[in-house]
Amino acid sequence: MKLTAEIISNHGIKLEEYKKIISLIGREPNLLELGIFSAMWNEHCSYKSSKKYLKTLPTKNKRVMQGPGENAGIIDFDDDDAIVFKIESHNHPSFIEPYQGAATGVGGILRDIFTMGARPIAILNSIHFGSHDHPKTKNLLNGVVSGIGGYGNCMGVPTVGGEVKFDSSYNENILVNAMAVGLVKKNKIFYSKARGINQPVIYVGSKTGRDGIHGASMASAEFDENAEEKKPTVQVGDPFAEKLLLEACLELMKDDSIIAIQDMGAAGLTSSSVEMASKGNLGIVINLDEVPCREKKMTPYEIMLSESQERMLLILNSGKEEKAKKIFEKWNLDFSIVGKTTNSKNLVLNFNKKEVANLPLSALSDDAPQYDRKWSKSIISKKKQDKNKFDKFEILDSLKKILMSPNNSEKSWVWEQYDQTVMGDTIQKSGGDAAVVRIHGKQKAVALTVDSSANYCLSNPLTGGKQVVCESWRNLISVGATPVAITNCLNFGNPEKDKIMGQFVEVIDGISQACEYLDFPVVSGNVSFYNETKSRAIAPTPTIGGVGLISNVSNMITLNFKDVESYIFVIGKTSGHLYQSEFFKLVVRDNSGPPPDINLFNEKSNGLTLKELINKKLVKSAHDISSGGILVSLVEMCIAGNIGAKIKIPNDKINQQEYLFGEDQSRYLVEVDNKNKEKVSKLLEKNNTYYEIIGKTQKESFELDKEFSIKLSNLSKFNSFWFNNFFKDSA
Amino acid sequence: MKSSVIVFPGSNCDRDVAVALNKFQIKNNMVWHNETSLPKTDLVVLPGGFSYGDYLRTGCIASKSLIINDVIKHAKKGGLILGICNGFQILIEAGLLPGVLLRNKKLRFLSKNVYLNVTNTDNYFCLNYKKKKIIKLPIAHNEGNYFAKNDLIQELNNKNLVAFKYCDEKGNINKDSNPNGSSDNIAGILNSSKNILGMMPHPERLIDPLLSGEDGSILFESLRKFK
Repeated sequence: MKLTAEIISNHGIKLEEYKKIISLIGREPNLLELGIFSAMWNEHCSYKSSKKYLKTLPTKNKRVMQGPGENAGIIDFDDDDAIVFKIESHNHPSFIEPYQGAATGVGGILRDIFTMGARPIAILNSIHFGSHDHPKTKNLLNGVVSGIGGYGNCMGVPTVGGEVKFDSSYNENILVNAMAVGLVKKNKIFYSKARGINQPVIYVGSKTGRDGIHGASMASAEFDENAEEKKPTVQVGDPFAEKLLLEACLELMKDDSIIAIQDMGAAGLTSSSVEMASKGNLGIVINLDEVPCREKKMTPYEIMLSESQERMLLILNSGKEEKAKKIFEKWNLDFSIVGKTTNSKNLVLNFNKKEVANLPLSALSDDAPQYDRKWSKSIISKKKQDKNKFDKFEILDSLKKILMSPNNSEKSWVWEQYDQTVMGDTIQKSGGDAAVVRIHGKQKAVALTVDSSANYCLSNPLTGGKQVVCESWRNLISVGATPVAITNCLNFGNPEKDKIMGQFVEVIDGISQACEYLDFPVVSGNVSFYNETKSRAIAPTPTIGGVGLISNVSNMITLNFKDVESYIFVIGKTSGHLYQSEFFKLVVRDNSGPPPDINLFNEKSNGLTLKELINKKLVKSAHDISSGGILVSLVEMCIAGNIGAKIKIPNDKINQQEYLFGEDQSRYLVEVDNKNKEKVSKLLEKNNTYYEIIGKTQKESFELDKEFSIKLSNLSKFNSFWFNNFFKDSA
Repeated sequence: MKSSVIVFPGSNCDRDVAVALNKFQIKNNMVWHNETSLPKTDLVVLPGGFSYGDYLRTGCIASKSLIINDVIKHAKKGGLILGICNGFQILIEAGLLPGVLLRNKKLRFLSKNVYLNVTNTDNYFCLNYKKKKIIKLPIAHNEGNYFAKNDLIQELNNKNLVAFKYCDEKGNINKDSNPNGSSDNIAGILNSSKNILGMMPHPERLIDPLLSGEDGSILFESLRKFK
């Protein structure tokens, strides 16, 4: 079969890339080989547009045991424990088929964790939808949430946190980013690097079907009006099979049978076999007749490019086959010896006693194209805030608008569809600043958060990139954790456009600066480009998954007010930045202007000071001040604790609206007992930390001096109104 | 006191309940579904989870497992059986408890803490709830909507075989305090000899003040008194 220009371009291979293939292998590829190149060279698998910049991210600190490049990152968690974690996108499939797309997104990221020998202990997610009044939003939201729940609940891994956001830039391209976290013993970590020749290559898990063929290529192109015709490229998940696979793998991992293990994720059997062999600088031969298939007469092309779920490729120490087989049979899973490692440094595929492909592994991995794409600087607004413009917006009315908006609404409609308490160690659930999961049987815990702030990134990618890392750091500090490291999921438009590439370059710069300064490195992640439909790109959305250590759970704190008559402190300086704030977007109805600035020195200093206060047990509750400013954050503490507050704006140099709704960064609200007021003030002064005391907690009502008083139950109603109302038809 | 937790393919609360049993000094064995006989045991626990992926009907395939024959024998001899969540569904499919568990009324998975009224404290599972009859436990299920014909519901009430009913913080049992649409707010029932309890809420998840409560501990403390 002659490969026509059309066939080549349908594989997403550009003409120059095709020429490169010919020069690398010294001949024209056959169709199967072209498919393999297409799977390995697409943006999703090769990072060809992003690699240059990803290399600049800080990836090390004293706790990092494994940085980017493996199935997931690993950090030292004291004693003999390590935490394994990663975030990944499943955007395109979820837009086409929300339930399965989201479900298999969760399934894929869980496999990345247990491939390394870790038992998954938590799932988080960040999901972005189009505007709430867009006709597709309700169905997509419903499908994605039930898909995430459907998979995670069945696996018996708690979904402990995440974020749900709405913005019209996602109308035709939603984002579904899933993060998983696992616990492993330091001496029981498994990697994907093959070692030794003539070692058996084993296929385990579910059978291979015709689903998901070319899924990774789909994720590497823009959508057009025919996006929904791509439904057959979406994989179908079976969480039950994955649960069995998890238990079987962990059982086999108890001894030293496994040399290397890699899950079959994007680009299935192709990428798993190529990655294992090329990391080990070996060759690999696979006999495709031995691959368990769901359907009859599947071709080598289909077998190699299928993205059927719940499959793993193992390289065993020879002689361990029988023992391994017994375990997989016990769990009713397929087990097949499909090939062996060789010293050829080639990928060789046999089918029906014929060699059907023979490619040098280096051509598929190391020699994959790398681009230094053109990019342009983002245009940053330098608008100055007009101080007197805001008086006409009444405060209580503005607060109500923000509390009732989809983005700021209380989201139990979502969280309650996720099993948050299975495994019996979830000590802080969704709704707080960070989720906290205790390390089973120990006194320590892991704090977890997922954050993004696309509108900050859109108006200034550099500041936005810094801000989102700081937000993650702040959320971990707020529960009493020491922030350790992050994983990132970088969702952007088409990198072949200068403007989009510019956003990417600047966001990475921002992330790098903040990570470096806060000693908060990136240990894993993924890049999702081409989030565009009909040439309309999403707002640049880097999603940060942050992980922190709480050495003793008695030092964990929560955001709900604990007692009446406590003092309320604001840590950090409020100057009243309103551009890009919730107040500006929802009340003033203006999306212009720059985001609040980030001062990394203040960020670190304020955060570490709060950490000191928490460790000395001088604060009863803490909450970072983020979207909606002081007022919204304060109301959240009141509602959560069912305790009111009475506050007064501490200085008159600043306009009320600016003080209450400004989104200046690096600030926290804390509750301090009467008896500790002096101690706390002294410590803050000693550390040169700016603070203000704005009022005290009280019974059941929320009061702003000389302005209004309102019952908490009413505020709570406003806050839970939106979701309940949005889904009221569906009961 | 000895217990056996049955592990089915897809069980996922097996470890959690084993942890709870151990915490209350009940000596536990994990028993694989393919075994044909139980070890010496006073209590059999069918744990929560998604046995066989909930395929066909929740609990249905698991109820035909090899070990279930011996579980039924254990029941007939008066041995204790506790089925939690998916375990409750399996008990119903195995014919050890009456009624059915339908999908939640709102057709959504529901994971939250709920209040329960302990309506029968005269059984080995709930003895210690005499001191505290309004309790809080988490639920996490998609098919927990207990349904039975009116005469069966009446019979369960008359014979005092309802162990738990969903209620509010103050103990009111009404439509507003019913999370999943269960008939008569039923959250857990006993068989006529009161040696089998099936319940949707998860007592094993609330055995530690850090986990927002200890009301689950009371059930395991009651069981410990059995022997």
